[in-house]
Amino acid sequence: MRRFLSFRDFDWALLGLILVLCTISVVEIYSATLHTKYAGFQVKQLFWIAGGLAAMFIFAKIDYHRLLDWVPWAYGIFFLSLLAVKVVGHRALGAKRWIKIGPLLFQPSEWVKLVLILAVARYFANLGGRSLTWTDIFKSFAFVGLPMLLVLSQPDLGTALTYAPILVAGLFLGGINLRQAAILTVCGLSLVVGVWSSGKILKPYQKARLTSFINPDNDPRGSGYQIRQSLIAVGSGGVWGKGMAKGTQTQGDFLPIPHADFIFAALSEEHGFVGAFFVLLLYFFILMRLIQNAQTAADLPGSLIIMGVVAVLTFQIAVNVGMVIGLMPVTGIPLPLMSYGGSSVLFTFLALGVAMNVRMRRFVN
Amino acid sequence: MNSSSTRGEKLSAIKLTVVQYGILAMMLILVGGLWRLQVLNVQNFRLLAEQNRIRKVPILAARGKLFDRDGRLLVDNYPSVSCFLVREQNHNVDADLPLIAEGLHLDLDQLRATLSHYRRTPGYQPIPIKQDITADEQAFIAAHRNELPELETIDVERRLYPADGFAAHLIGYVGEVSEDDLNNPRFAAYQPGDVVGKAGVEETYDELLRGQDGSRDVIVDSRGREVGYLRTQHAVPGKDLRLTVDLDIQRAAEVALGDRSGAVVVMDPRNGDILAMVSHPTYDPNQFAVRISRKEWTQLVTDPNHPLLNRAIQAQLAPGSTFKILMSVAGLQEGVAQDMHVMCNGGATFYGHFYHCDQHHGMVDIDHAIPWSCDTFFYTLANKLGIDTIAKYARSVGLGQPTGIDLPNEASGLVPSTEWKLHTFHEKWFAGETISVGIGQGAVTATPIQLARMISGIASDGHFVRPRVVDPSQLPPKFYKALLDSFPGSGNATIPLNPANWMTITNAMAMATTPGPFDTAAASHLEGVDFAGKTGSAQVASHTAIARMGKGVDTRPNGWFVGVIPRRNPEFVVAVLWEHGDWGSNAAKLAAQVATVWVNKQRIQEHDVLMPAAAPKPMEMGAVWSAAPPARTEHGRSVEESATLHGGHFFIYPTVKAAPKALASGEGHLPVWLATSMLRFKEDLP
Repeated sequence: MRRFLSFRDFDWALLGLILVLCTISVVEIYSATLHTKYAGFQVKQLFWIAGGLAAMFIFAKIDYHRLLDWVPWAYGIFFLSLLAVKVVGHRALGAKRWIKIGPLLFQPSEWVKLVLILAVARYFANLGGRSLTWTDIFKSFAFVGLPMLLVLSQPDLGTALTYAPILVAGLFLGGINLRQAAILTVCGLSLVVGVWSSGKILKPYQKARLTSFINPDNDPRGSGYQIRQSLIAVGSGGVWGKGMAKGTQTQGDFLPIPHADFIFAALSEEHGFVGAFFVLLLYFFILMRLIQNAQTAADLPGSLIIMGVVAVLTFQIAVNVGMVIGLMPVTGIPLPLMSYGGSSVLFTFLALGVAMNVRMRRFVN
Repeated sequence: MNSSSTRGEKLSAIKLTVVQYGILAMMLILVGGLWRLQVLNVQNFRLLAEQNRIRKVPILAARGKLFDRDGRLLVDNYPSVSCFLVREQNHNVDADLPLIAEGLHLDLDQLRATLSHYRRTPGYQPIPIKQDITADEQAFIAAHRNELPELETIDVERRLYPADGFAAHLIGYVGEVSEDDLNNPRFAAYQPGDVVGKAGVEETYDELLRGQDGSRDVIVDSRGREVGYLRTQHAVPGKDLRLTVDLDIQRAAEVALGDRSGAVVVMDPRNGDILAMVSHPTYDPNQFAVRISRKEWTQLVTDPNHPLLNRAIQAQLAPGSTFKILMSVAGLQEGVAQDMHVMCNGGATFYGHFYHCDQHHGMVDIDHAIPWSCDTFFYTLANKLGIDTIAKYARSVGLGQPTGIDLPNEASGLVPSTEWKLHTFHEKWFAGETISVGIGQGAVTATPIQLARMISGIASDGHFVRPRVVDPSQLPPKFYKALLDSFPGSGNATIPLNPANWMTITNAMAMATTPGPFDTAAASHLEGVDFAGKTGSAQVASHTAIARMGKGVDTRPNGWFVGVIPRRNPEFVVAVLWEHGDWGSNAAKLAAQVATVWVNKQRIQEHDVLMPAAAPKPMEMGAVWSAAPPARTEHGRSVEESATLHGGHFFIYPTVKAAPKALASGEGHLPVWLATSMLRFKEDLP
């Protein structure tokens, strides 16, 4: 039946790239929080990474086919927990995103990401690669869109948006044709315009944040402030950077949350174009390696799972780095493997664990 | 599950390649964005980063100190802390105002008014919200660094004036530059919130006294908290000035005038050095320097006694009989008065109107008319000379125009003439009006400083001087030249005087103060001192007007006295105005008190004799000062308060010569002065 599984088949090269990024992350978190009340967060981050690695190995152990079998249950449970957040959620920073279980704060929306990756992979794999009917497409929209709307109403625009690339990747790889894609694009665009002008779904501060990147100088004290400080940080870094713990924007507390959402700006300031380029290169290698794993996967669901992970990571990198260099609005999406934060680290490692899982079973048959 | 049905299916390699190229394109766009910021625009962003983190913090220059002519300290500075509000930070200030007002003991509405007053100034401009904050207010600011990052404190040197208004009008005071001043080209270099001299020497010599503020480039974080310094441009302290004032004479004049309303001017007729200038009622400039409430200010401005008015140079009043000196000069120089003999029967009739004299002097000539102050004689003389001749001589001795003293807002007085009346009232001059002018009544007015300069010039054989309160030898030549231009006036002048006339007038003035048949100011006689002078009792209103005004108004005449020592080529001139002092002889008594002190001081200095051991009377000077925290908590006050501000009185031994040296060599703060000189002090601040 099955070949004996061993960690010899684990993707050690990918893990190496990930650990290099994590090291850079820890060092930059140390530097960015040196003179702030967050000083010492790099140690916490190390614990998160260790936890993430452990979770990753555990998830790599469980056959992804079994995970796919569990997905409908998981989807149901997490959908209910999102509803629970809506009803009895814990409010912090003006948003209801958490459920309090004893002393622990549980944020279902991060887990939903993983569940959706698996659910989308399972859905499109079951369609078997045949061309999609409109019913297929609308079904996929429904089971991705419902949790997305719930998260959007928390409100958590950033996390809600990360669900979209999972669906887009699923549709693209699952066999959507050009005509359907064109129609959906037009519908999507008019939906965006409609949502924007209705003025009900998006809160004013969200709108302001979404537009201020186009001209941050319009409102340097308000929502444009973060963008402006980020641009100054990145730009003043120059080619070689100002040096470790010497970034005036980072150390002077001008850069907002330099250890989390804006860690790439802190890195760009202190290590310059060279450092930023190196980190982007690492991401590129990681993504390419994952796509290679998708190609060599034993079956369609495995490929689709990995491509779901690729879609989420690519989207997060593009939006976060784009935000830092002023090409994208401020959405509060962390940079995977770099930004400080337990949920983000755990999700990324779990997602990568599932991807490892697929690779380890590439010869199983 | 049915996942087995998909086994063997593969993703299309083309689609995966499309995804790979998509990711590559995204990466290239991101790298391109980085390149644009970090390589192409690096200079631009470096500059912005520098502007972000560096703030210029002013270092305020200490104002120059003021010393008296012997180098004794008159005006000092004491270290103090001012609180400013900086709006630069990304922070909503309005919400913090109630907390700020509470912590700094400010009125919330007044604080709001201050902020709206500065609404249109640039954001980086600090707004001064409270000066001279106390130790507990400083502690409040330090404790709320995080909640109220907009509050800044700056160390400043504040002015410390002699208390109780000692020499207040002469010294003046400082205050925040007003909006009107800022629109004036003279104040082009000033910023809102700057402290400038507002009166007296402080105003005239502001340019020298203020020094040059320095600045420090401070590295700040995003909340404006200082994290380090880059470079410091040190402040250049203001120039210390030595005034011509003699503390001893000034004190004598202050004491002599006492609670009376009026003015005393003492001058050296040889060079115009003002030895003393007193105007009462006075005010405490320390109130202005620290914190004056709107109420206190309104009280000062609307006080019917006009405490802010420097009567010595701004009171334009009828000179009364002191004007007769000028009349004598005119009459003698014109050759009219020499042979004039006038019969005084308690007055005389001119143009159908009877003009009173206070006594029946009988037959009077010029030699006796001056000491007796016979009105009838000078009515007749004025009638003979005519108003335009009188006006010509009055102007030549400096009446009707400022003397050019280096103090702001000097009044010019008034010398009437036919032309003046035509110009002002479009009316012809009536010959009858000349009669009252002959005794210094009617339209003619003069200031005490004008009369002092007038008598000193006449007694000095026609050599008139420009009065001054600062010795010009310590001034930069360019500044001195500009000063002379900006204070135009009669200045230094010489008018030829016939020696015989000079003798006549000076001898007559000496007679007035010498007890005998002709004296009018015997009270001012000083044994062994050649003190010559002239009294004046000027009506403040005509007899009919007095009858109309009723009881509430003080209608007693103003008492004047002008005097010189010695009678010819004098070294000392004093002018005393006692408002409603009734008789010139009363004013003469005050003048004699001042003259005595001067004479005694001259004698001591000439013979270099030490004061007898028991003799020196300590001079009391009130002041407020700050000191390093002494380890004591007397009068039940907390240590913090006593560490910041002291108030009380000094006892100065005016003739002890060690004091000036200690002053000059000391650090300059009062405690040092106290420690090194023979002074005692007591505290009496509540």
